[in-house]
Amino acid sequence: MNYIMSFLFCGFVCAVAQLIYEYTKLTPGHITCSFVVVGAFLDLFHFYDQLIKIFHAGAMLPITSFGHSLMHGAMHMTKEYGVFGLAMGMFDLTAAGISSAILFAFFVAVIFKSRS
Amino acid sequence: MSSHFLSNSFVFDHVYVESVGTTAGLLEYQGPLGSYFDKYYLDHYHGNDSYELAEIEMLSDAIFCCLNKAKIKKEDVDIYFGGDLNNQLTACYYHAFYLKKPFIGLYSACATMALAIGQASLMIENHNIERAIACTVSHNATAERQFRYPLEYGIQRKNTMTFTATGGCAVSLTPHRSPIKIASMTLGRVVDMNQYDANDMGRAMAPAAYDTYKQHMKDLNIDGRYYDLILTGDLSNYGKSIMERLLKDSQQKYKVYDDCGALLYSQDQNVYQGGSGPVCSALVSFGYIYQEMLKGKYQKVLILATGALLSPVMTNQKLSIPCVCHAFALEVTQ
Amino acid sequence: MDEKKYNQIAEELKPKKQVFKHTLYAFLIGGAIGAIGEFFLELYQNLFSISEKDAGPIMIITLVLIAAILTGLGIYDRLGNIAGAGSFIPITGFSNAMTSCALDGKTEGLVTGVAANIFKLGGAVITFGIVASFILGGLRYVVSFFI
Repeated sequence: MNYIMSFLFCGFVCAVAQLIYEYTKLTPGHITCSFVVVGAFLDLFHFYDQLIKIFHAGAMLPITSFGHSLMHGAMHMTKEYGVFGLAMGMFDLTAAGISSAILFAFFVAVIFKSRS
Repeated sequence: MSSHFLSNSFVFDHVYVESVGTTAGLLEYQGPLGSYFDKYYLDHYHGNDSYELAEIEMLSDAIFCCLNKAKIKKEDVDIYFGGDLNNQLTACYYHAFYLKKPFIGLYSACATMALAIGQASLMIENHNIERAIACTVSHNATAERQFRYPLEYGIQRKNTMTFTATGGCAVSLTPHRSPIKIASMTLGRVVDMNQYDANDMGRAMAPAAYDTYKQHMKDLNIDGRYYDLILTGDLSNYGKSIMERLLKDSQQKYKVYDDCGALLYSQDQNVYQGGSGPVCSALVSFGYIYQEMLKGKYQKVLILATGALLSPVMTNQKLSIPCVCHAFALEVTQ
Repeated sequence: MDEKKYNQIAEELKPKKQVFKHTLYAFLIGGAIGAIGEFFLELYQNLFSISEKDAGPIMIITLVLIAAILTGLGIYDRLGNIAGAGSFIPITGFSNAMTSCALDGKTEGLVTGVAANIFKLGGAVITFGIVASFILGGLRYVVSFFI
């Protein structure tokens, strides 16, 4: 069941992005950026947490979740440190994704050679 | 002897093609015209450390083939004309050191070969030069890196896109009689029809091709039926259909019209709309058409090499794409 | 030549978009990536008895690693050509953007090539994420005083 829910939600987000890509002249960069903003916006009312509860990995994987995690981390820290918490907690939850992406990108670039 | 100048066009009496050297990438070799090329490479690096070095090697091989076929040494060439797609024409100038002769770098994107042929022809016709080489090179990977995205970036290509051809081409021109001559050339004007889509070059370039076509016919006071074949450079399948419509709407008469980008690859090769790049028109006109002309299939061929003079910076600044088209005519010597 | 008329001709002859096919592929491949994520999530929870909260980031690290290796092998760009948004919307697309930029700069050296280029495409996502969550987070922080 979890698999199906995960499949459906992740597929749905991708299909929406694909429709935007087909009908506008936006590049993938534009689309991913706007999806991150949408993700952060959905966290404004804790809506994205509900989505993760229902769809598990399906809601964690799309780039919208990135905006949500940034926002979530920031909001968590504001409880302790006030407004400075926004900057202090920003990367708390996304640190894993970003650091691993940088690390693996670097090592892959060192080991492999680009081929086309 | 001197060339006749008519508005935008020049007519030549004593410019002959001495020999031709072509090198092609694997995809071009596997295409329908593969057997016409002198040399091909199995991958994008062919033993070099980077794509840029591979591109330089393709140019060097093309010039070497050209010199070998004419049985001359590189000291016998008086002047070189050439260009490629890279910033600062790196592929050409980094090779020019080994040529030890004047090298004039030219840039008009995918119309570079026609411009180089034109300049070389003018030199030969007007300045007592014994031999000039016009050359061009392009590499899919270097062009992709410079104009679009990193090579491994997983992006879906729009279906109007063209595919930069990989290969090199060198043509040696002399004032001494040979079977094929350069009869005339027309320098194009820059045309900008306010097209903004950098993924849709055929659509941006078709008006430039049409403009140069009309100018050429007007200057030489002929119509399209004078030529056995009219070829556009790299409009690709979509641009070709636009060009056909433009010709039809203005009631231009011609025998056969085709496009180099559409000829270079077969439909099942997954190259979107067809080939592009400076070497695309060069490979087709001097690989395929030149050899067919030697065999007698065509007598007179007009090549309209089109170029989109875009830069990624200006595209990001939301400016439209200026395009140019230079034409030259190949004729069998009577 | 009239610009308006030319655009009309060009629109008429424009090759047909394959919207349905592309969207279907995006849905299927995007969904498949979601299902693979779910597989790892449950694997870590059940096999290594990691708590649900910690399993999420580890699952993301796994997928980022897989995408980076596929990029290095030259498979991900082919997948991307078929899947479209199905491959650039999940976190794997972010990994691909970083890795492809890094690989692209390899010939220019480690510092000026790999390290300097690594954020060329992926950086935009991080920048916008931070700016948006700062503005929205700040908004929520201010509003929370009044409620």
